[in-house]
Amino acid sequence: MIDVLVTLVSAALIVVGSLFALLAAVGVLRLPDVYTRLHAASKAGTVGSSLLLIALALHAEDAGTLSRALAGVVFLLLTAPVSAHLLAKAAYSVGYRLSSNSVLDEMPQKSPEN
Amino acid sequence: MTGADLILDYAVHFALIVLCVAFLLTILRVVRGPTLPDRILGLDMLVGIAIGFIAVIGVKTGYTLYIDIAISLGLVGFLATVAFARFILARGKTEEDLMAEVRAAARPHGRKVPGPADPKAAHRNPGGRS
Repeated sequence: MIDVLVTLVSAALIVVGSLFALLAAVGVLRLPDVYTRLHAASKAGTVGSSLLLIALALHAEDAGTLSRALAGVVFLLLTAPVSAHLLAKAAYSVGYRLSSNSVLDEMPQKSPEN
Repeated sequence: MTGADLILDYAVHFALIVLCVAFLLTILRVVRGPTLPDRILGLDMLVGIAIGFIAVIGVKTGYTLYIDIAISLGLVGFLATVAFARFILARGKTEEDLMAEVRAAARPHGRKVPGPADPKAAHRNPGGRS
């Protein structure tokens, strides 16, 4: 009984995780500038990969595999915001512009000769 | 094969197809992406989708040793993104700046008398001698 339940939960996690990955890819393709694309990649992409790793951990039913998969999930959750923030900060400070649909730019304006 | 295993099999095949589509869409962004941060973002996204692929293949085949590869792939992808972000900072120019530099270098600057094609220089230097 519990095996059937674990298998069904694992299948559901696989489907939902792959759909999150597809959603992230569509967001990366469709959104207008790099700052909005980072939202799709760093949030939906991380959730997709994490759900797939959790599905693998549940399916394996092994303590070593489960701990390694959870370590991978924690590693993803730690590194994805750092890399996304670093990339956005670098792009903004170099001078890549926001899209023309953007409403508000709360960062301080740079000096005019840059 | 019980019903639950059949459902898992269908789910794995569905996930493989969906991940393939996501991978191709992200590759399209990497190819098209007008600026360098777009391409770096696409590569970061590709690493994430590859980790998902590895997890699904691990469920399908039962080789859970692939998780180690997924963790190290995540580490390499993170370091690559950080290194590319440092490269953007170190370069300090956008693609528009680079194109403007190329256009300025391609413009003939040997002649001293500014012609009518360069009205700003003519305004700044009305005598024509520089």
